[in-house]
Amino acid sequence: MTDAAAPARALPAARAAARAERFPWGRVAVMTLYLLFLLVPIYWLVTMSLKTNREITSTFTLFPRDLTFDNYRTILTDPSWYMGYVNSILYVTMNVAISLAVALPAAYAFSRYRFMGDKHLFFWLLSNRMAPPAVFALPFFQLYSSVGLFDTHIAVALAHTLFNVPLAVWILEGFMRGVPKEIDETAYVDGYGFPRFFVTIFMPLIASGIGVAAFFTFMFSWVELLLSRTLTSVNAKPIAATMTRTVSASGMDWGVLAAAGVLTIIPGALVIWFVRNYIAKGFALGRV
Amino acid sequence: MDRTPNNRAWFLVLPMLALVLFSAVIPLMTVVNYSVQDTFGDNEFFWAGLAWFEETIASERMREALWRNVLFSAIILAIQIPLGIFVALNMPKRGFWASFCLVLMALPLLIPFNVVGTIWQIFGRVDIGLLGHALDVLGVDYNYVSDPLDAWITIVAMDVWHWTSLVALLCYAGLQSIPQAYYQAARIDQAGRWAVFRHIELPKLKGVLLIAVLLRFMDSFMIYTEPFVVTGGGPGNATTFLSIDLVKMATGQFDLGPAAAFSLMYFLVILLVSWVFYTVMTNLDREEEPR
Repeated sequence: MTDAAAPARALPAARAAARAERFPWGRVAVMTLYLLFLLVPIYWLVTMSLKTNREITSTFTLFPRDLTFDNYRTILTDPSWYMGYVNSILYVTMNVAISLAVALPAAYAFSRYRFMGDKHLFFWLLSNRMAPPAVFALPFFQLYSSVGLFDTHIAVALAHTLFNVPLAVWILEGFMRGVPKEIDETAYVDGYGFPRFFVTIFMPLIASGIGVAAFFTFMFSWVELLLSRTLTSVNAKPIAATMTRTVSASGMDWGVLAAAGVLTIIPGALVIWFVRNYIAKGFALGRV
Repeated sequence: MDRTPNNRAWFLVLPMLALVLFSAVIPLMTVVNYSVQDTFGDNEFFWAGLAWFEETIASERMREALWRNVLFSAIILAIQIPLGIFVALNMPKRGFWASFCLVLMALPLLIPFNVVGTIWQIFGRVDIGLLGHALDVLGVDYNYVSDPLDAWITIVAMDVWHWTSLVALLCYAGLQSIPQAYYQAARIDQAGRWAVFRHIELPKLKGVLLIAVLLRFMDSFMIYTEPFVVTGGGPGNATTFLSIDLVKMATGQFDLGPAAAFSLMYFLVILLVSWVFYTVMTNLDREEEPR
């Protein structure tokens, strides 16, 4: 008897479940709240960059009353500001190129061959990704000063390889493991040498992996401040460091500060769409 | 995948090895060098043995910074891991809205660290910030510049804002890999929401959660830029974490010996955690292999 009652009881429950699937109010509410929490601080930065300094400090408004683009104009016309962006982009690009160039063959070796000390080497790489930049700030300063590279873009690019090369190797290795080894073997049988096989056959196969690795090396070099600030003074000063200087010196120029902040968010925001399905993989060092 | 034994693969690794030797090993050796020497200036160094290490271990200041950092990491994990799982469970599964949520959630992760600090510095100010002003209107006595507790709350809120999405994204990736058949089986068994989570989703999330916990622990343990921009380690020393203290010591006061000894011990802790991390990851890889 209880057996016969069970399906009858299950029916309304199933109907309720079906109704919940049609429009999941709870889920939407949770996600809306969470996204609001994420976006409100960013919104505040953006509105502030569109206000005059007088409006920021004297009155409290949720929307800019006198919409102004002067803050952006200040940044885009003053070399001491916009050169910060140029410097950042220069060393970040160099870093991506260097990191990928050395990480590609290394990741191939890790994904295809077993060799003496491979596990130790792989672990040692990871420990570099996890090393606190604060530990390296001073020795880097002395190292690059002694070889005459202080305040150059290449110095920052090389310093950032500390955490970006391990990251690139781990991400690329994750993608390369997905390519069947038979492809390599067939190519070698067909008479391809390693360099030609690697560039013309293998690299197109893992193109998305290379793109993801490039994105993450770009991003981590772009967001880092401690090392890039320590290694530069004038000629290669990154935009992030220019911002900290302005906070302490002229203190009250909130509008320009906010505009500079907005401009540093844009590069990431622009390309994020293309890597949206790989974000978790990238942050988890190629795993997941 | 079966990997072929071949020691010539070392040649492929060589360029990377040369680069990392230059950018990691040489600086680290410099640190080791400083940690066992003392100087009276003029680049004259003499052997100090383990004195700096003993001094660092005995130092009240180090211990306080360490406890502060451990407390911070503990709070961060206690908030971000459950919240991240909760958000991941509520994310749309596929289609346009899934991508929409992914992109917006990833946004804070891609903002330069000091801009994260700047955003919250502005956001929390009582005179010009939305949060500070709103709390002020509500009659809450809030000022992160002078009150240690408020400073802590601000920094924790900032880190939750900055990194919870990472936990959520990892869990989302984990949830995606659960076959629909599992859920159908649960429905046939009339399992409740909690039972589905406890017996289907949580076990499948074990792997990504371990990665998330370790990543969040490491990064919160070496946090520098964000609190430095917001509070500068203050009020007093209330938010001076290990990295902030280390940079203050090394580049502010030029106490090279103690700073180097401190660095090495700091690095050792990180190395230990990295090892745990590595073991976890390689074990997960091995579990995945025979598919």
